[in-house]
Amino acid sequence: MATRIFGSGIKRREDPRLITGKARYTDDFQMAGMVHMVVVRSPHAHARITSIDTSAARGAPGVVAVFTGHDLKLGAIPCAWLVPGSDLKVPAHPALATETVRYVGDGVAMIIATDRYLAQDAADLVQVTYEVLPAVVNPETSTKEGSPQLFPEIANNVAFHWVASSGDDGVNQAFAEAEVVVKERIVQQRLLPTAMEPRAVLAQWDKYAEELTVYSTTQNPHIARFILSGVTGVPEHKLRVIAPEVGGGFGSKIPVYADEALAAWASMKLGVPVKWAETRSENYQVTIHGRDHVEYVEMAATKEGKVTAIRGTVYAGLGAYISTAAPGVPTILHGLMYSGAYAIPHIRAETFGVLTNTTPVDAYRGAGRPEATFLVERLMDRLAHTLNMDPVALRRKNLIPPFENGYTVAIGLTYDSGNYEAALAKALGMFDYEGFRREQAAARQQGRYLGIGVTTYSECCGLGPSQVAGAVGFQGGLWESAIVRFSPAGKVQALIGASPHGQGEETTFAQIIADELGVPVDDVEIAHGDTNRSPMGWGSYGSRTTPVGGAALVTAARKIKEKARAMAAHLLEAATEDIEYGDGKFFVRGAPDRFKSIQEAALMATLAWNLPAGMEPGMEASAFYDPPNFVYPFGTHIAVVEVNPATGQVDLQRYIAVDDCGPQINPMIVEGQIHGGLVQGIGQVLCEGVVYDDQGQLLTGTMMDYAMPRADMFPTFEIESTVTPSPHHPIGVKGVGETGAIASTPTVYNAVIDALQPFGIEQMEMPLTAPRVWKAIQDARAKGGQ
Amino acid sequence: MRPAQTTYQRPTSVAEALQILAAHEGAKLLAGGHSLIPAMNQRLATPELLVDIGRLDELKGISVSGNTLVIGAATPHAQVTASPNVRAHARALAQACGMLADPQVRNWGTIGGNIAHADPASDPPTVVLAAGGKLRLQSATGQRVVDANDFFLDLFTTALQPGEILRSIELPIVVDRRSAYVKMPHPASRYAVVGVAVFLDVANGYCSHASVAIGGAVPKATRSPGAERALQGSHLDDAALAAAAAAISAEVSGMAMSDLYASAEYRTAMAGVILQQAVRAALA
Amino acid sequence: MKVTVTVNGTRYEREVESRMLLVHFLREELGLTGTNIGCDTSQCGACTVHMDGKSVKSCAVLAVQADGREVTTIEGLAQDGTLHPLQAAFWEKHGLQCGYCTPGMIMAGSAFLRDHPHPTDEEIRHGLEGNICRCTGYQNIVAAMKSAAENM
Repeated sequence: MATRIFGSGIKRREDPRLITGKARYTDDFQMAGMVHMVVVRSPHAHARITSIDTSAARGAPGVVAVFTGHDLKLGAIPCAWLVPGSDLKVPAHPALATETVRYVGDGVAMIIATDRYLAQDAADLVQVTYEVLPAVVNPETSTKEGSPQLFPEIANNVAFHWVASSGDDGVNQAFAEAEVVVKERIVQQRLLPTAMEPRAVLAQWDKYAEELTVYSTTQNPHIARFILSGVTGVPEHKLRVIAPEVGGGFGSKIPVYADEALAAWASMKLGVPVKWAETRSENYQVTIHGRDHVEYVEMAATKEGKVTAIRGTVYAGLGAYISTAAPGVPTILHGLMYSGAYAIPHIRAETFGVLTNTTPVDAYRGAGRPEATFLVERLMDRLAHTLNMDPVALRRKNLIPPFENGYTVAIGLTYDSGNYEAALAKALGMFDYEGFRREQAAARQQGRYLGIGVTTYSECCGLGPSQVAGAVGFQGGLWESAIVRFSPAGKVQALIGASPHGQGEETTFAQIIADELGVPVDDVEIAHGDTNRSPMGWGSYGSRTTPVGGAALVTAARKIKEKARAMAAHLLEAATEDIEYGDGKFFVRGAPDRFKSIQEAALMATLAWNLPAGMEPGMEASAFYDPPNFVYPFGTHIAVVEVNPATGQVDLQRYIAVDDCGPQINPMIVEGQIHGGLVQGIGQVLCEGVVYDDQGQLLTGTMMDYAMPRADMFPTFEIESTVTPSPHHPIGVKGVGETGAIASTPTVYNAVIDALQPFGIEQMEMPLTAPRVWKAIQDARAKGGQ
Repeated sequence: MRPAQTTYQRPTSVAEALQILAAHEGAKLLAGGHSLIPAMNQRLATPELLVDIGRLDELKGISVSGNTLVIGAATPHAQVTASPNVRAHARALAQACGMLADPQVRNWGTIGGNIAHADPASDPPTVVLAAGGKLRLQSATGQRVVDANDFFLDLFTTALQPGEILRSIELPIVVDRRSAYVKMPHPASRYAVVGVAVFLDVANGYCSHASVAIGGAVPKATRSPGAERALQGSHLDDAALAAAAAAISAEVSGMAMSDLYASAEYRTAMAGVILQQAVRAALA
Repeated sequence: MKVTVTVNGTRYEREVESRMLLVHFLREELGLTGTNIGCDTSQCGACTVHMDGKSVKSCAVLAVQADGREVTTIEGLAQDGTLHPLQAAFWEKHGLQCGYCTPGMIMAGSAFLRDHPHPTDEEIRHGLEGNICRCTGYQNIVAAMKSAAENM
């Protein structure tokens, strides 16, 4: 048997094009006759449009056309996650505003010009007059009587109200009878996803074939086609969406935005290819933001530290319109995860989805689960402090015991498999916890403030099954499909519906195929990202590409293998049940020199000169895989920080991550996913945060103001893993795209709070910038802390 | 990221550049362009004419002339940082030019462009001021030398008159003078939230001269006479440093800037903290 | 205005607007789309190229300023079909994911390594302060830089 390619950290096949500049992102494409679109955007967060004068712009050099919302014949931009039982009201979201603008960046007109500089010149000439209205930016404030109202039909700006509960009576009783209750108000600040490639679209209308091709920076070309078809009226079979190289998404390229629809419509109207590429400042104004919760959470426990209940009320900011998946994020993906890795008997999650005069909010890496993990882990540390218990000991006391095939938490989810204690033990094995506590105590004597955070988490990803999607109001399926085919010469092509955009599945999926079919990995091609080529799929998000798409691929490959076995048996004149398989060859049992390679079997099936009775020609299989459940990766993260009390600066000194995503197809790629997630999660703690002023002006509107994590903020992460297969997945794998971002935020936050215990500081708003930490220390000192 | 329409000329001498400036009111000097072009990209700056002086050899280079270190205005930051003369005679300036922005900007952005721009959060002005530096300006009618104390007038405002070009930055050379620049950078922009430069003469632990300037915290690079008094004539012990820190914070208080990232209160407090770090760095 | 720029060893003469940024000149006039644009405030470094041998953010330079100069982009870094050691190291060490920041990161990194042949981790992390990556968490970029330093 050759070295197994599954589990091997082989180099990525994506990379040669990416490291040489040959990759082609949407904005790299040029077409004959192509024109450029620039959108004129509202400078006000809330205003009535009193007039739009485009005459000067129309006469500007290079201008092909100028349109306002009155010219458009486009449907509204829809929401595709209609969470049931929540009285959800989705206000109309026109592609260009005609009467009222509701956030800074809301589009009011579009310029089409022969050159992007000239388009911008003309945009500057559009005269819009506004009657400015009061604005509201905070989701909690927005629900109060007297707040500015975004839509007359949505009272107090509450677009939905959702509750999940293990039973309200039980929850209430648990809190009423609790020996200890800890509470916190948590602000999950807004974040900017900041995929390094800003969004772009290139729409090309073929007036002869009446077909629309849209190159789009999307994580889910089939969903984009589905929605764009509805918005533009172009039937799906005449609409092709291509996701070429896509430079990261982190959720921000799931939604279908007004801009894609505008470019498509303009191309149809003008008969020329239309390109739009946002600038980074524009990206920060109009591409979705993440998080934005104000949460009131509490945990009940016994004096011995047994958690008896947890509940929370969340005001989740949605922004000015309801983006594609927005309602599902702070509800299904958040409220159902309050149990974390712990056995908690009573749970209640309540979410208000709130409109504000801000950029729409939608799924950002982790999407709801980072917020849930944060509140659970935060309350755990708070409880430990209150009970004067060691936070690790407290967690141990409450972890769900190991399970291999299903554990149902109080709120109703059934986790697939977990061994939380093992991951915790492994992480603690990499770190002298007791020694650290001694060092911490000694350092405090010298006025140095060290802190540690330990998170034991479980998250839910691999979004599916479709039955659940339907039950929770997701307006699509959550299965994936794959087609695997042999060419006559023995090469394998696999077409997948999912659409990776940097994660590396062109490599890992080839590893799966090579492993399943015993072919050289270099003989396998993975193709994706073109609705005219790839089979239907629901996209790459929610750490689902490998758990769901990978399973579809395995299933298709196994169909091929069975067909090849039958073909080989026929060629070897043996019964199928007498054929054994090994390393890409089919043997007659007991006669290892009598074999046919899978390539030979494929060739003969393709030639079809001599098929067994009833066999169809060709060697191709497709599979649709609808997972029976989510997958639940888990792990333990440890962070060590030192806080400089003179400046408030936080120095992250060590970071240990032990994650369990089941068997790893390519450990190098798994580690890369974790590294990236960690930096995003830690960025939320230490530097990132959107700020609006009271008038709804985005004050962190460029990279000069919004602090992206940089290389010099981080130590070398220490990464390990445990392996607990998912019982329901064909190859046992779980997702790993979001674990880093889910676990790291509470870990580093709790480490900073731990460092500041001598000052009695239990809480600060993120990001924990030096000025904020310094201020907290000053305030604590003024109140008589150390 | 699409600048507005503009025009461009590249004179071959300072004299020619001055003639162009005199003839075009809307003209703007362009050296490295690393302050101007980002502003043009946002259409915050829309100059009618760019006069590129970035290639004029007469504005480049670093030399020692008697007791003066002369740095041509169009010298890129990276060359200032790498210069043995700067490292020997004004280490703080080498440090400031080495921690400004990022390597790419330091390769092409020029020290003169930076100083003429007078961004209050920029690093070199603070050092030039603390060093007791002078700025040599040239106009069609001749040259004049302005003390750094009189050059930085306000936020983005200097003593440069229309039709004048900053020719060189001139720092006094004092044997064995020590210096350091320490800054707390903004996490996004990398500009100084607080930056402090100190120049010290120290013999046998005794400080016979101290000059201190602060930037980032205040609307323009500003000397700290209080900190200078506390340090000068001391042995730079903890008490002297604490007194200097208290003095600079007291001076900054009341004129400290406040923004989204850091309050005036924080900048005020950090003035003293960073000052102490700078003194220790100068002694190290 | 007419400019003459040597890019990746080829001399190009073009008539350009004075306001055209070098990055747009490379991408749109010359079709060298390997150089990416990630921000509009000269923070992210995705557009880093070499000009006269030194790294520069091509969004902070006008094409007219590049007149008469030599520019190297990511497309010109490999020599005779052989990857630059840093390109090879990015591949080997998984120093990229979506790849969008990668050309700029490699151009900045290769310039850094020329000046710092034996860098420490800390020097590398500091040396990349002009480049932002959202995917990798930087760890494997640092690893790639170290590996390339050993192989150069």
